[in-house]
Amino acid sequence: MSANLMNQWESVIGLEIHAQLATTSKIFSGAPTAYGAEPNTQACAVDLGMPGVLPVLNREAVRMAIRFGVAIDAVIDHQSVFARKNYFYPDLPKGYQISQFEHPIVGKGSISINPAEGETREIGITRAHLEEDAGKSIHDHFPEQSGIDLNRAGTPLLEIVSDPDMRSAKEAVAYARKIHSLVRYLEICDGNMQEGSFRCDANVSIRRKGDDRLGTRAEIKNINSFRFLERAINHEIERQIDLVEDGGRVVQETRLYDSERDETRSMRSKEEANDYRYFPDPDLLPVTISDEDIAQIRAALPELPEQKKQRYIDDLGLSDYNAELLTANRDTAVYFEAAYAEGDSAAAAQLANWILGDLAGALNKAGLDTVDSPISPPMLAGLVARIADNTISGKIAKQVFDAMWQGEGGADDIIETRGLRQITDSSAIETLIDEVIAANPEQVEQFRAGKDKVLGFFVGQVMKQSRGKANPGQVNTILRDKLK
Amino acid sequence: MSLTVTEIRRGLAAGEFSSSEITRDYLARIAQHNPALNCFISVTEALALDQARAADERLAQGKAGLLTGVPIAHKDLFCTDGVKTSCGSRILDNFIAPYDATVVECFKETGAVMLGKTNMDEFAMGSSNENSHYGCVANPWKTTHVPGGSSGGSAAAVAAGLAPAATGSDTGGSIRQPAALCGVTGIKPTYGRVSRYGMIAFGSSLDQGGPFARSAADCALLLQAMAGFDRRDSTSSEIDVPDYSATLDQGIEGLRIGLPKEYFAEGLDSRLAKVIDTAIDELRRLGADIREISLPNTGLSIPTYYVIAMAEASSNLSRFDGVRFGHRCADPVDLEDLYKRSRGEGFGEEVKRRILIGTYALSAGYYDAYYLKAQQLRRMIKDDFQAAFDSVDLILGPTTPEVAFAIGSKTDDPVSMYLQDIYTISLNLAGLPGMSLPVGFVDGLPVGMQLFANYFDETRLLQTAHQYQQVSDWHLQTPEAFS
Repeated sequence: MSANLMNQWESVIGLEIHAQLATTSKIFSGAPTAYGAEPNTQACAVDLGMPGVLPVLNREAVRMAIRFGVAIDAVIDHQSVFARKNYFYPDLPKGYQISQFEHPIVGKGSISINPAEGETREIGITRAHLEEDAGKSIHDHFPEQSGIDLNRAGTPLLEIVSDPDMRSAKEAVAYARKIHSLVRYLEICDGNMQEGSFRCDANVSIRRKGDDRLGTRAEIKNINSFRFLERAINHEIERQIDLVEDGGRVVQETRLYDSERDETRSMRSKEEANDYRYFPDPDLLPVTISDEDIAQIRAALPELPEQKKQRYIDDLGLSDYNAELLTANRDTAVYFEAAYAEGDSAAAAQLANWILGDLAGALNKAGLDTVDSPISPPMLAGLVARIADNTISGKIAKQVFDAMWQGEGGADDIIETRGLRQITDSSAIETLIDEVIAANPEQVEQFRAGKDKVLGFFVGQVMKQSRGKANPGQVNTILRDKLK
Repeated sequence: MSLTVTEIRRGLAAGEFSSSEITRDYLARIAQHNPALNCFISVTEALALDQARAADERLAQGKAGLLTGVPIAHKDLFCTDGVKTSCGSRILDNFIAPYDATVVECFKETGAVMLGKTNMDEFAMGSSNENSHYGCVANPWKTTHVPGGSSGGSAAAVAAGLAPAATGSDTGGSIRQPAALCGVTGIKPTYGRVSRYGMIAFGSSLDQGGPFARSAADCALLLQAMAGFDRRDSTSSEIDVPDYSATLDQGIEGLRIGLPKEYFAEGLDSRLAKVIDTAIDELRRLGADIREISLPNTGLSIPTYYVIAMAEASSNLSRFDGVRFGHRCADPVDLEDLYKRSRGEGFGEEVKRRILIGTYALSAGYYDAYYLKAQQLRRMIKDDFQAAFDSVDLILGPTTPEVAFAIGSKTDDPVSMYLQDIYTISLNLAGLPGMSLPVGFVDGLPVGMQLFANYFDETRLLQTAHQYQQVSDWHLQTPEAFS
């Protein structure tokens, strides 16, 4: 599609994010929520929807939802109501999902995103409500039959619904990442997208630029990574533009994203959609939330990414850019702070550079998460300390870093075993320099004739002779002295 | 055999008979009379004898609880661990719960002996017990007539002396109406007084478990065992449970009793009205201050009730889908077929009718006109009662507009059947406690009188009924064929 054509259209995107809350037990029963157990071993009579059983609300799930609401400065009403969403499906044991409809626990709020460096946008959050997850249908285990695993049934979810405020796939991803980061900071969701703890559905529509009415939207489901989110939305935008340009009309429907084929396809149209017959669940009383509850939760809120970033800039002297990168992911910030706590307070900028540079690169290459790094925060702090106290040079430090990554031990051990300690003894350096000067009379002449650039050659030679261990600053000073 | 629970407790304590003996007696009566009455869906003979033996040991050790050794029957919608719980439906004909309802647990703890599970209208939907998959229950006073519903089996079992007491549930009158039609005493407690956990739901915001017995004093004992907060039921109340028996002997001098004029208007059988009047006179003699009151929105209670109860039922009954438990159709070709045939075969006609009406009432575009409107009316009905309780302590009326009717006489006319509940259902909409007690006969069939009290004032209900029963013996009458 030509860029010209694309330019005539504007896309409008809203996201529905399901964040699985990190409670130890389910939202309406005492069954555990751990992932990966044998099928149907973590479902009790309540999760199975047995006759006569009743739901009892897990207050921890409510507290977690409020924590989210407070963090996005949302309206939190004093009463919140659970409603039944009625539809039949084999992995929905009761024939209804307990969710919220008219009085969600978290009302209108907003969050700011940074889709590109130096660019900030405010995205509205319509609401966030609590609900129970369904189980899973398993279609590939028994020939001719489907299995049902109800371990996940009743797991608490916070469904976070954004306003249709995003105008590109990139913005949508920036928003999703921001929410992802926030729920992890708040410690209300582990954010694991592979295991389905954090799932995104995207509502996508298009309209001609300048038009302020919303177009008919399609909802894309089944997106389990940020990369797929971006691709799925871009595909859908293209599909809709192609369709309309060809004289067609977008129909309201649910589409499934197929990451293997990299396409979206229709799942059900509006006509086939369920009438969910929402009504307040008579088995559960309205949840009452007092101002004191909210105040208490607000007071116990951890430092949020925005505050953390500002602190890194103001107190630690980090650059805006590095502070943003370090705080974007909670694990990275935690790593940074753990390393920082170990070392010299002056080392913040150095640590940031190492974490965002060599460490991030190595983790990325190995496909590892920060928490799985073979180099622990104290180890990295140890390395930076040896640079700061001139035990090793920055260049040697890269060698030490690689050795630590390979599991050869801490910086001090590696420096010792490999004999990498920097040579700072002036007489030793002088000896080396004397040898180099003696071996290169031609270059000495050139330097003395005013060719300053030759100094670099001498530095290189001395460093080579010292196998990189000579202190480069000292080498420079002594060389200049001797070459005069 | 017409022993009351009170008499059984006394006999057990005095060693006049053992629980095993009396349990065997009841089991023998069940064996003899149940074929004619059809009160029981399951008789748990072996279990009952085991429990009776254990109760006798407990009695011998001097560790008896409130009801240790007393035989009782449970309505077949209370889940019983290891014993079939059918809810009167084909869809649960094969269902054995792996847990006890809280109510069942309460009776187990106090040492009561379970004789079996009683017949009922399918999913508690009915006023005649004709909607049971297991067939209609016969009224012990006239076996061609209905016992009322939905707890017809429990009421008839107590009336015929097949059990000294039984549990029931009341969503729109399902304890009080069969109690009235069978001539026994039954109480529907305040919503939230008795745990609903393990009691298969019909209309969750209306359902409330309660006991049937031969006297108010017995009901006090049974309610004592059933009532209390249950953390597994979010709608159960944390208000302390008083000692219901302690206040039974207090007189009712000066007690203000209101007669809602709407309950004594058109539609009430005049012969029945006369019987109620006599009972009112008796209460007046006991010192009650009888006055007329008005509950102006009574007429709205039937439509309001049926919208709310059916809406909730349509959702509550979704879990019976043939997937995890209960009836599953043979050889389903696909998921839709599985649902349609399992439910189509498993549910009876009245249940299907109510699921359809309830589904309609909740549908997009109809919700505001039906469900929401019904909730507003419910509030008005509740307000009527609150206003009335500003000037009276109790409200009194007939339990039913007529005495028991012939089996089959109303089955083709659901609306006339629904009208049987006219005096009982507003109480459920308000969540208030009420009870029915026998006050006489019309055509050889019992007449029930109803008392309503304010929230959690079961004490006053039981005390007033007990005082009346001290000066009358209607509650002790036994149908000749079963005496």
